[in-house]
Amino acid sequence: MPVTTFTETPCPPVRRVVIDPLSRVEGHGKVTLLLDEHNRVQQARLHIVEFRGFESFIVGRPYWEVPVMVQRLCGICPVSHHLAASKAIDVALGIQAIPRTAEVMRRLMHYGQIMQSHALHFFHLSSPDLLFGFDSNVTQRNIMGVAAAHPDIARQGVLLRKFGQEVIRMTAGKRVHGTGSVPGGVNRHLTHAERDELAAQVPQMLAWCEQAVELVATLHAQNPALYDHFGSFRSNWMSIVRADGAMDLYDGVLRVRDADGRILQDGTNVQDYLGLIEEATEAWTYMKFPYLRALGREGGWYRVGPLARVQNCSHIPSPRAETQRQRFLIRGPVHATLAYHWARMIEMLHAMEVIAELLQDEALLGGALTAPLPLQRPARREGVGVIEAPRGTLFHHYVIGDDDLVSWCNLIVSTTHNNQAMNESVRVVARDYFDGRAVSEGLLNHIEVAIRAYDPCLSCATHALGSMPLQVNLIGADGQLLERVLRHGDGRIERSAA
Amino acid sequence: MTRAPLLVLAVGNPSRGDDALGPALLERLRAAGMGAASDVELLTDFQLQVEHALDLDGRRAVLFVDAARPGTTRGVCIEPIYADARLPPASHALRAQAVLHVAMQLAGHAPPAWQLAMEGEHFALGEGLSPMAERHLACAVDMAMGWLQTRRCQQFSSKCVT
Repeated sequence: MPVTTFTETPCPPVRRVVIDPLSRVEGHGKVTLLLDEHNRVQQARLHIVEFRGFESFIVGRPYWEVPVMVQRLCGICPVSHHLAASKAIDVALGIQAIPRTAEVMRRLMHYGQIMQSHALHFFHLSSPDLLFGFDSNVTQRNIMGVAAAHPDIARQGVLLRKFGQEVIRMTAGKRVHGTGSVPGGVNRHLTHAERDELAAQVPQMLAWCEQAVELVATLHAQNPALYDHFGSFRSNWMSIVRADGAMDLYDGVLRVRDADGRILQDGTNVQDYLGLIEEATEAWTYMKFPYLRALGREGGWYRVGPLARVQNCSHIPSPRAETQRQRFLIRGPVHATLAYHWARMIEMLHAMEVIAELLQDEALLGGALTAPLPLQRPARREGVGVIEAPRGTLFHHYVIGDDDLVSWCNLIVSTTHNNQAMNESVRVVARDYFDGRAVSEGLLNHIEVAIRAYDPCLSCATHALGSMPLQVNLIGADGQLLERVLRHGDGRIERSAA
Repeated sequence: MTRAPLLVLAVGNPSRGDDALGPALLERLRAAGMGAASDVELLTDFQLQVEHALDLDGRRAVLFVDAARPGTTRGVCIEPIYADARLPPASHALRAQAVLHVAMQLAGHAPPAWQLAMEGEHFALGEGLSPMAERHLACAVDMAMGWLQTRRCQQFSSKCVT
């Protein structure tokens, strides 16, 4: 249950309201609302209070260890890190193409990850809000409440996730800390028995995925005023797409659309991502704010993840999901925050269709597993691997030294891409639901629902080891510093007032 | 396929300092030959999730093993736990009591369960076990072995009686 702290400055008219922590979001977050002299929400800030240090964890390690060790960055999407790292190391080693068996095994692993993660998020984290209402009893608004009131839905959610986990176990070799993907390919085939075991479940899983899409579409239809307007704001969208524009969550080129759906950038090679985006920093958070270089910091921020991908692609190359996508977009571009859930379920259906197709591919059962290293070592061993992780675009970028150790790396995780958007969602929701007097439990719920729509994984979104301590400044309407709170790395707190 | 009647389910991230206590304990049990025992299954994961409820089906007893934040457990503690619907999940992860509750909702029952908690102090990425955690681990391994021994004896005597 969230702990709520109300902090008011001694000097009206500026008030700072802190909500900490958010429940059902991985790690912990903190929200600060900055009010103007009329007690209107002027700005919202989603703070990241966890401290991770990803790059420091990786630099200095042998490159062949990286695909396995990066799985420990995140307990929710380890497979996405596993595969993004593998792809980046492939490029750095100069491997032009991996064998077909490796390609289909990696894809199967990835779509299994998409499926299990989307099932977890929708059924476990978000469906309680949507089924019971944002203001329902918090002791009921959880997966146990769903299990009690809607046992069939709860059971489907658990079994869908279990199926995705089994796909991962069979392709990665283990349930957790899998080693299936290696530089240059994979290290295993699927056995006939494993393939048959998964294939036998396909019809049921497809049916449940379609029912999940119907469920969220029905919820939208029952309350369009809420679903169309809650946390709605215009933004750019970014994702990778296949070369022909189709949805591809494993590999492709970068595409950006504006809020009206016009393509701003297309076909950008992922190796050139630093020419497309830049990361800004803010003093009040460790998490960076990526934006499109061409549009600048103010207008260049964008959203990633299911809602971006479903709209950014030209079509979904699987029939059931494409039908649902057409229905979803029938009224044009969708900007509502809650629409992430609908888009997420369309993607889960697509992932299941892809899994069904991949399971028919005989390359899973035999064939070369890895590509040989090139005879000529590249002059500079550097590579970028990009994948559409469940929460959005994930970048892994490595440089390997002559000693085979990683000498430099940069990771941009999905939650970082959505940083500005999550702040904007909180601001819009707080603007609409804050009564100008006090933070009600209802407002807390609404803010949490807005953040949860992005399925942020805050524990894997920060990287600032050896950097500054956390600092919070309180700024008045006149721009004057009212209070500064500094938290050192050892936990000591310093407070100073102007 | 018949499931092992006893399950030890340890959670934690091996690369996050003392969060590795759960997986480390499981490795000690494996080294002691428990992984080869037909009546015991050893499972590990980063954190407890809803699908772990399915792992409880068909068990006689389950031992959940996890590291504990400072102040939540003093030293090492083993105690029975029960399904609890009043515990909303605090993140993507579930507490063991909630996993038991989901198991009850899905299967209509949940096995008797205990929780072995080991107090840690440092949980940062890339750190190893702290000296305090090492001490707690040694003690916890003895407790886990004792728990297994007791459950296995009960199983044996139960069979004899039958």
